[in-house]
Amino acid sequence: MAVAEKSSDAKSAAAAARSDADRWVPTVIAEELHIVYRVNGGPRGKGSATAALSRMVRRGGEKGVRKVHAVRGVTFTAYRGEAIGLIGSNGSGKSTLLKAVAGLIPAERGKVYTDGQPSLLGVNAALMNDLTGERNVILGGLAMGMSREQIRERYQGIVDFSGINEKGDFITLPMRTYSSGMAARLRFSIAAAKDHDVLMIDEALATGDKKFQKRSEARIRELRKEAGTVFLVSHNNKSIRDTCDRVLWLEHGELRLDGPTDEVLKEYEKFTGK
Amino acid sequence: MSETTHEGAVAVNSPPSSDQGLSPAALAEKYGLTVSGARPSLPDYVRQLWERRHFILAFSRAKLHAQYSQAKLGQVWQVLTPLLNAAVFFFIFGILMGGRGGMENDEYIPFLVTGVFVWTFTQQSVMTGVRAISGNLGLVRALHFPRASLPISFSLQQLQQLLYSMTVLAAILIGFQHYPTRLWPLIIPVLALQLVFNVGLALMMARLGAQTPDLSQLMPFLLRTWMYASGVIFPLEYMLEKHDDIPAWVTDVLLANPISVYLELMRYALIDGPHHQHLDGHVWLLAVGWAVVAGIGGFVFFWKAEERYGRG
Repeated sequence: MAVAEKSSDAKSAAAAARSDADRWVPTVIAEELHIVYRVNGGPRGKGSATAALSRMVRRGGEKGVRKVHAVRGVTFTAYRGEAIGLIGSNGSGKSTLLKAVAGLIPAERGKVYTDGQPSLLGVNAALMNDLTGERNVILGGLAMGMSREQIRERYQGIVDFSGINEKGDFITLPMRTYSSGMAARLRFSIAAAKDHDVLMIDEALATGDKKFQKRSEARIRELRKEAGTVFLVSHNNKSIRDTCDRVLWLEHGELRLDGPTDEVLKEYEKFTGK
Repeated sequence: MSETTHEGAVAVNSPPSSDQGLSPAALAEKYGLTVSGARPSLPDYVRQLWERRHFILAFSRAKLHAQYSQAKLGQVWQVLTPLLNAAVFFFIFGILMGGRGGMENDEYIPFLVTGVFVWTFTQQSVMTGVRAISGNLGLVRALHFPRASLPISFSLQQLQQLLYSMTVLAAILIGFQHYPTRLWPLIIPVLALQLVFNVGLALMMARLGAQTPDLSQLMPFLLRTWMYASGVIFPLEYMLEKHDDIPAWVTDVLLANPISVYLELMRYALIDGPHHQHLDGHVWLLAVGWAVVAGIGGFVFFWKAEERYGRG
């Protein structure tokens, strides 16, 4: 499998990164990146039919579309072996930036260059509540691009890691019968089962009880070791400090600061008034 | 000082001087980086799709299964739904309106049920196709896969649905003493051609629906018009003969439209009655032609916008 080759590639490269010559291999380059969402039917205030009609007539080509400029001209270069934290207040464009780096949301202007295929740690959207946990493990694995053999190999590991079966045979029940914590655990376990080149983690994933959080943090550290470059979105300054050596601070979709963790976090804490 | 902090400190200082003056694009080229989310070439795209065949199949089966998983009767609805559909159409068009063109009940009911099932296959492929991207933006924005997987998967779901319906149809046929003939195996190539046609159409609608979600509001009306113009519930020739003021080319167009074509083939293969004994050879040509045109056209049309799906 191409995935396996790539990850072993990345591992050896990470080792090689310690020698000076190979340290500065870029893995992600973002150049003047702009992301714009277009929202239908979300214009100010009036959602009535007459209002929609008058908008169509008035603005012609725009047809009542409201634009949300989520990322405005972000430029950075990420190198192999780096772990980069993304911070900023809610709605500052962190998750959008990650999705654009992953090539999942098309850029309005600017470009993102990547080495291999960056992947977002998350599989929620592919799972179906009406299916059993068992079928969701398989479906989620296939959706992430794993082969049937890989899924078969890792199936037991995924189920054990999620701990779904600790309280009885829940994996053969539909996911809609799970508690929200159980469902979140299974989702994380599926998502974390795959190896990644450039890995992007949205913090919202680390859910569940204390015991499971410990386990998932350990798994994320493991994934970090295997991946070439890691991006981490978090509102927890401690976890950023623990895992990242560089931080990008986004505010209103603009890159406010880019530098070593300590420096950026100091400024950020000043900004948020901590 | 630990090794990691040392490395971290160096990492953000500055890249080697040889890379300093390079523009992002030149730097990307030097290290062989590619544009994220760029559209692959057509052969690459086909290969990627083929690699995802297990996902496409699993997704379609999961969708099919999830549909009735909350109902008490569960998967029985897979068969019950088409049966009830046929019953309603028979009540309205067979009994109340009597639009059957001289067919006896034992020929008209199989005619009607075949029509409704085959039509539903295309209709549902189009309807799910329109929403294939726009209704699954969450999935499109979370994971990488060739986006054509979605409309193809939904069309396959409809095919599996149709296979359930076909068992109902077989029972009805036998109930009206249309026993299996040597023509029955013909339904396999007919279904294959219709599937290719449906997939092509679904791909086309998926791209249009991704750009203009309003299409899903408009489609039911277009589809209903198409259904009445294709002889799904009454024989088309019979309707046209009644109106001798209709120009000949209109008749030709209606008879050559893909739904009429696939229906005619299917009925010819399955129904053993006085109105279904004869088939012109050119109908097969039309069936292949429609499949090729819609299949290839729809696929290329969809692929052309591959990198743009996912924008809201």
